[in-house]
Amino acid sequence: MSVTKPLPHDAAALHVTGAARYIDDIPTPTGTLHLAFGTAEIACGTIRAMNLAEVKGAPGVVAVLTADDLPFANDVSPSVHDEPFLGTGTVHYLGQPLFLVIAKTHLAARKAARLAQIDYDAETPILTIDDAIAADSHFEDGPRIWTKGDIDQALSTAPHRVTGTIEMGGQEHFYLEGQAALALPQEGGDMVVHSSTQHPTEIQHKVADALGVPMHAVRCEVRRMGGGFGGKESQGNALAVGCAVAARATGQPCKMRYDRDDDMMITGKRHDFRISYDAGFDREGRLTGVDFTQMTRCGWALDLSLPVADRAMLHADNAYHLPAARITSHRFRTNTQSATAFRGFGGPQGVLGIERVMDHIAAELRVDPVLIRQRNYYDAMGGQGRGTRFGGQYSPQPQAQTTPYHMPIKDFILHEMTDALLASSDYNARRAAIAEWNADQSILKKGIAFSPVKFGISFTLTHLNQAGALVHVYQDGSVHMNHGGTEMGQGLFQKVAQVAAHRFGLDVDAVKITATDTGKVPNTSATAASSGTDLNGMAVAHACDIIRDRIAVCLAELHQTQVENVRFDEGQVFVGDTQMSFAKAAQTAYLNRVSLSATGFYKTPDLAWDRIKGEGTPFFYFAQGAAVTEVVIDTLTGENRILRTDILHDAGASLNPALDIGQIEGGYVQGAGWLTTEELVWDDKGRLRTHAPATYKIPACSDRPDIFHVALWDQPNPAQTIYRSKAVGEPPFMLGTSAFLALSDAVAACGPTYPDLQAPATAEEVLRAVGRTRA
Amino acid sequence: MNVTFLLNGETVQVEADPTHTLLDWLREDTALCGTKEGCNEGDCGACTVVVTDADGAKALNACILFLPQLHGKAVRTVEGISGPDGTLHPVQQAMIDHHGSQCGFCTPGFIASMAIGHLQGRTDHDDVLAGNLCRCTGYAPIVRAAEAAATAPVPAWMTDETPTVDPQPYAPETLDDLADWYAANPNATLIAGATDVGLWVTKQLRDLPQVAFLNRCTELRAITQTDDSIHFGAAVTMTEVLATVGEDHTSYAEMIRRYGSEQVRNAATIGGNIANGSPIGDNPPALIALGANLHLRHGNKTREMPIEDFFIAYGKQDRAQGELVAGVTLPKQAPALRCYKISKRFDQDISAVCGCFNVTVQDGVVTAARIAFGGMAGTPHRAHQVEAALVGQLWTADTITKAAAQFSQDYTPMSDMRASAAYRLEIAKNLLRRYFAEMTGQVTSVLEVTP
Repeated sequence: MSVTKPLPHDAAALHVTGAARYIDDIPTPTGTLHLAFGTAEIACGTIRAMNLAEVKGAPGVVAVLTADDLPFANDVSPSVHDEPFLGTGTVHYLGQPLFLVIAKTHLAARKAARLAQIDYDAETPILTIDDAIAADSHFEDGPRIWTKGDIDQALSTAPHRVTGTIEMGGQEHFYLEGQAALALPQEGGDMVVHSSTQHPTEIQHKVADALGVPMHAVRCEVRRMGGGFGGKESQGNALAVGCAVAARATGQPCKMRYDRDDDMMITGKRHDFRISYDAGFDREGRLTGVDFTQMTRCGWALDLSLPVADRAMLHADNAYHLPAARITSHRFRTNTQSATAFRGFGGPQGVLGIERVMDHIAAELRVDPVLIRQRNYYDAMGGQGRGTRFGGQYSPQPQAQTTPYHMPIKDFILHEMTDALLASSDYNARRAAIAEWNADQSILKKGIAFSPVKFGISFTLTHLNQAGALVHVYQDGSVHMNHGGTEMGQGLFQKVAQVAAHRFGLDVDAVKITATDTGKVPNTSATAASSGTDLNGMAVAHACDIIRDRIAVCLAELHQTQVENVRFDEGQVFVGDTQMSFAKAAQTAYLNRVSLSATGFYKTPDLAWDRIKGEGTPFFYFAQGAAVTEVVIDTLTGENRILRTDILHDAGASLNPALDIGQIEGGYVQGAGWLTTEELVWDDKGRLRTHAPATYKIPACSDRPDIFHVALWDQPNPAQTIYRSKAVGEPPFMLGTSAFLALSDAVAACGPTYPDLQAPATAEEVLRAVGRTRA
Repeated sequence: MNVTFLLNGETVQVEADPTHTLLDWLREDTALCGTKEGCNEGDCGACTVVVTDADGAKALNACILFLPQLHGKAVRTVEGISGPDGTLHPVQQAMIDHHGSQCGFCTPGFIASMAIGHLQGRTDHDDVLAGNLCRCTGYAPIVRAAEAAATAPVPAWMTDETPTVDPQPYAPETLDDLADWYAANPNATLIAGATDVGLWVTKQLRDLPQVAFLNRCTELRAITQTDDSIHFGAAVTMTEVLATVGEDHTSYAEMIRRYGSEQVRNAATIGGNIANGSPIGDNPPALIALGANLHLRHGNKTREMPIEDFFIAYGKQDRAQGELVAGVTLPKQAPALRCYKISKRFDQDISAVCGCFNVTVQDGVVTAARIAFGGMAGTPHRAHQVEAALVGQLWTADTITKAAAQFSQDYTPMSDMRASAAYRLEIAKNLLRRYFAEMTGQVTSVLEVTP
């Protein structure tokens, strides 16, 4: 069985020896030129004059391009063509690319880019949510509003209500490999682009538009990225287009990579949100309804903000049944970097909103927050308080509860998972021990919290839920595999190779993993929405099956038996009573003129929804998980630390438990980082002040939990996914919420008032919250 | 500048510009692309390499390491951490076995740090790896790999002999030569570890036409101890300071453990941290609270002053053109010294506030107090009003409360991306409370709490 094996990442040996090639490591032809952007120094206004004479005269500079030098599309937007590649006179944010320097070296390009003399007519920028409200600066025609039931009635008749607001900051991706691209001009005006992108087809598309050529004239290749996390879904467009137009202009290969500071100043980040809630509940803490208002800063261009904000709405329930709900979503346009995709894609923000509500209700009722959560969970279909009468014969058919977007929930497994995790983490005893410990401590306080996640799997833009694959079997029995997914560290290539190997009954070493290439598999969707393995695994399985079945038909005919009697296993092919190596089978098929190459295709079934109304089935299934985190805080400084984390996560029947656990551990730490030390700070001029790792603090080694237990639920997915596995890229990110809630729990030990902790819970914010509890 | 060093076991001679970084040279001139650029400012560790000198092997960030600093040393990159025949180093095999790489971009840097930790028999993996950022794994599998590799023998190829080299004019070998040269060239830039100057080059893109490198000047690297004092030459690295003060000044040492990272402490020098006059350097508050003395040298003239007098105003120190910081002397005994570094992240973060306390209490009465802060003003300086409110008073919570109120007289901090002014002032007060609590036996640090 190649599937289910905990094999290492396919490139692990290359990673540890430094032999794995990223864009900037690819040997380049002599004469390769290097690029850098000159960027805006104000956040909002117009350019009165741009004098680039010094830039052009700087040592090593070959050419300087502005918007006027672009013969075709000046656009790098992934959505609505509102993102000029180079500024056209209006400045939208501080850091916006205005001109492109082409020079003989990376350093020469960077140095020259700083020599521009630009006169601006500066205007007052719209920087914050409050600025945007005041200026009525938003995308779309107004807020999106989804409703379920009669929310006003549900709230006005509720025995109890809580209201509040939680602010949550954005997050810098901090992929270790910055954005990079390399364009190699070909004969006849064609272009080959190597890009560190999650979305090769979009790179191909944007480059074709920028060069004024059909898509067939552009090929994009991606072997691997040094991390993506959503930050390379659309943000690589500018570099790829830059390289391509510069390569066209000069006739020479062009490479561009952002210095880290440029990367952080130019590219978009996770959307920050302000979520207000008005929740009604009974004396047991069961919700009667919640009215959420979600506000988000989208930045200057639309990018992917609509689906991000949609997904925040789609996860406003997380794991809880809201009998009535209203979710209002404001998407504000501001003079800041255009916020973009980031692992979870709005989901984490929506989840944090409802988790705050759960915590707030528990505080009001003085009940363990876990109980409140369990009481509000969706029903487990066929179980959980739905006893059957007369052997079930006369029982009413259980009616599935529905989400705020009216999708029935039929695969809810968090009741069982929660029981298992509370037991394995010894939650109840530890909660009691922490209360005792806190009673003895005057300066330090501990806290513990549980949080679940239920994350919808599928692109919410339904047509993206498709994938293609190309598989060749060579006459020596070796297999060449290609698909539309990209490798950014998540282990997609290895998991899909395991699928391919398994279809042929081979060891995974027999399968050659190859770079994603728009010339091999066209019209790919971004590797995003956790969907990489689900989509590409299925597409590759399809391609493999076509070839395998052709071989089987051929061998069955030759050996005068039925196709059903041909079996592929352990590197052998069994044909009735005969046995041969797979290589022999492949060679036999070749000699009998059987095609050993096939494309595969997959589209996710059963998806249909209306994003304007907020109705339907946007997701194929839900991945679930839960975490318990224990923390300690210092009430004098707000300093804090994660002590222990226990996670039970649902990856379905795991294709590769080692890689899946890696996603869970890493996702948790990244999620906890978002809610603790990772603080983005803009000054009042709109300049991002945290534009490098010196000032923007992602978790370091010692920030991981001292004790870190991660287990897989490991039950097959009821939905028909590849080998009944589940997507695992994004869902564990939201388990980091438990760290934030544990901090809130520790703060709550300091005084009688609800802490109202805001995110990120930096030491400073924790200390403020300590002050609030004592107020 | 002519530079000779060993690269993965082979001697190389390079004619280098003074500020050509090792990272750029590796990646652009030798096609050794295993070493990665992640941040170009010494914070992410993706460019970590093994550098061996007479003191042994250490991890350094190649992105802010200038080639002339390598004269007479040996460098081993990730490509040279596997054996000449391709045999994997034990940490490389362990990283594969324990799934320690995902995207793989940070991995070469981790391998370099882990190989040195392995060589040195280190088990404090969090400290060894504090200067290597990973965004994918959450670190757990990397630490598991480091633990798994610990018992494997060190491969023979990891031991580098440093090459014998001729002295070079850009790196004076005696303090006399250096002082004379600097007095004659007062506009030159002195480069010790380049953890600060490196960023002038990689981020500010400054040209530094005239430089001297200090790392071959043995007097500046000397550590002299008497019964009462410790003297550090200005070019003593923070790694050496940490090792030296570990026994006498445990709290200062604990603060230095969190100062920069392994890679940064291996390069950064105590003299550089003082001479650059930064208001957020972590050594000055500790040294001021200790009552340390600073030694300066101008040509053949020497001066000595209490270190607190050195910091005149933001960006202005009591140092003449062509005068250099030669060393610092601190008392060996200061049992009441406590140093508190407050930052967003515990490891490898610049302090929002660094507060150092040294209060003498006799028979329940405060007889002397030295309290100094960084991050609270344009210079590191003493909290004179707070000290005054303590001295002569009973050592009680009441006294602490009254004295804490004086912090707003001593400091008017500012708001920036690291902390707000209000937070800085509040924690200054609270750190005095922490100090009192710690001196009276309470548990005060979250770092000491176990699950």
